[in-house]
Amino acid sequence: MTFTDVHTGYGYDDLPRLMSLMTGDEKHGPAATSTLDVVWVLYDRVLRVSAEGVDAPGRDRFLLSKGHGPMAYYAVLAAKGFFPESLLAGFGAYDSPLGHHPDRVLVPGVEISSGSLGHGLPLAVGSALGLRARGLSGAAVWVLVGDAELDEGSNHEAIAYAGAVGLERLHAVVVDNGSASHGRPGGIAARFEAAGWSTATVDGRDHEALYEAYTAPHPGRPHVVVARVEAKV
Amino acid sequence: MDTMRERFASVVSRLLDDDPRLAVVLAEIGKDGFTDAARAHPDRVVNVGIREQLLIGVGGGLALTGMRPILHTFASFLVERPFEQVKLDFGHQGVGGVLVSAAGSYDWPAGGYTHMAPGDVALLDTLDGWTVHVPGHPDEAETLLRDAAAAGDDSVYVRLSAHSNSAPRDIAPGGFLTVREGRRGVVIAVGPMLDGVLTAVEGLDVTVLYATTVRPFDERAVRATAGAAAGGVDVVLVEPYLEGTSTAAVNDALADRPHRVLGLGIPRRELRRYGTIDEHLAGQGLDPVGLRERISAFLR
Repeated sequence: MTFTDVHTGYGYDDLPRLMSLMTGDEKHGPAATSTLDVVWVLYDRVLRVSAEGVDAPGRDRFLLSKGHGPMAYYAVLAAKGFFPESLLAGFGAYDSPLGHHPDRVLVPGVEISSGSLGHGLPLAVGSALGLRARGLSGAAVWVLVGDAELDEGSNHEAIAYAGAVGLERLHAVVVDNGSASHGRPGGIAARFEAAGWSTATVDGRDHEALYEAYTAPHPGRPHVVVARVEAKV
Repeated sequence: MDTMRERFASVVSRLLDDDPRLAVVLAEIGKDGFTDAARAHPDRVVNVGIREQLLIGVGGGLALTGMRPILHTFASFLVERPFEQVKLDFGHQGVGGVLVSAAGSYDWPAGGYTHMAPGDVALLDTLDGWTVHVPGHPDEAETLLRDAAAAGDDSVYVRLSAHSNSAPRDIAPGGFLTVREGRRGVVIAVGPMLDGVLTAVEGLDVTVLYATTVRPFDERAVRATAGAAAGGVDVVLVEPYLEGTSTAAVNDALADRPHRVLGLGIPRRELRRYGTIDEHLAGQGLDPVGLRERISAFLR
C-alpha cells in the first residue's frame, strides 16, 4: 500500500485529535487510551523502525497483542507517518484498512494481526528466535499485552519458555489498568520475575519513567515493563 | 526399514544443513531424533517443552521474520489442541509453515483416544490454502517432506503414520497415481490404506487411485477416471482419518456428472478399544475383509 498524502512531524499533543477522528468503537475506548503513552514513548524514543524502513529485515518489531481498542496505536502510526491521517475517519468501515482489531496484511507498520488474546507473546517469542537465527541480533522485539490478557494460558507458556532460555531481545510491556477479574498473587511483575525475566513497574503515564524502564539493561534475560494506568471503570 | 518419523528426523536434519531458512520447533515429542541437529544448529532447532500453543505461536513468529518453520508433535496436540493458533498465527498473519504430525488416528491403539486425532484433516479443511500430504511409506514421506520444506511460504501439513504400505510407489507431490484400472467404479485409497484396499478389491473390476496429497484434491485425476466410465460413476474413498473427510471434494470434482460417493474412514464414535493397529483397523471396518464387504455392497 502506498500513500501520497502522508505527513510527519506530529507530536504527542496531536494524538488526542487524531484519536478523536476514529468513532464507532466506544466500548473499547478505555482500552485505547490506556495504551496511549506506552505506545507513544516506544515509537517516539525507543523503537528503531520508521515508515521508510517498514520492511527492513533488521528493524525492531512492535507487536500489539492486545488488539482491541487500537485507536491509540493507529493514532501513533499516523503521527509517525506510516499512513495518512485521512484514513482514521474510516475506522471500522468496509473499505477502510483500519478495523477494530488490526490486520497486518492491511495496515503498513502493523506487525501482527491481533484481536484474539494470547497470541502476541508467543508470536514475539518466535520472532525473537527467528531474528537471532537470521543473525539479526541487533533487532529488538516488543510486545504489548493487557493485564487481563495475561489470564490466557498461552502467555504463561511464552513467559516460562522465554525466561528459561534467556531470550534477551524479547521485551514485553504489560498495560495494567486493573481489568483482570482474578489478578496475580504478588502482582504482575512477580509472575515474570519467577520465570527469570528482568522487570520494572512504572507509572504508565510518566514518559520519563517509561523511557527509563524501556531502556534498562537486562543482559541474558527478557525484560518486562509493567505500566500502571488508572483502573478501567 | 525405518519408520516415517525416523525418516522425518534424518531428512529434516540434513535439510537444516543445506537451507538456512529452515527451523524445527518441537514440544518434547520427537526431540531425540534431532539431538545432533540441535547441536549443529542451536538457533534453528527449538524445543519449547510441553507447550503446544506456544509451539504454534513460535512457528508463526519465526515465519514473520522470514524463516520457514517445521513444527512437529502428535496430531492431537499439533492440530486439535492449538487449533485457533493454527488458524490465526499462520493464515491470518499471511504467513506459512510446515506442520508434521505423527500418531494420527490409530498409530497407538493401546494409548487410547487421547492420542488419536481422526479429525485433523477435516479441521484443516475449515481453513484456506493448506496443502495436506498423507504418505503411505517412509520413502514417500521423504519425498513429500522435501517438497513441503521447499514449498516457498505455503502452509503444508504432513501426516506421518506408523501404518505403512509394504512398498513405496512412484508418487509425485500433488497428484493421484493410477494403480490399476477397471470399469465398475473408482476406489481412492489414501496413504497407508493402499495395501489393504488392493487386497480388498482383488478380482473386482475397479480403478484404484492412490492419493498421497489430498489437499488440494486432484480433481483432474478423478474426472479423467470418471470420464472413462459409461453413465454414472461410483466412487469409494478410503481414508485413514475421519470418514467422509474428502466426500465433498469428490462431489465438487464431479459436480456436473452423475455419481455416487461412499466415504470410508474412522467413524466419529469412539471405538474404546486398545490393542494393535491391525486390530483397530478391523474394529473400524477398515481391514481388507471389512473394506471388501462395504465396497462390494456399494458398487452396482
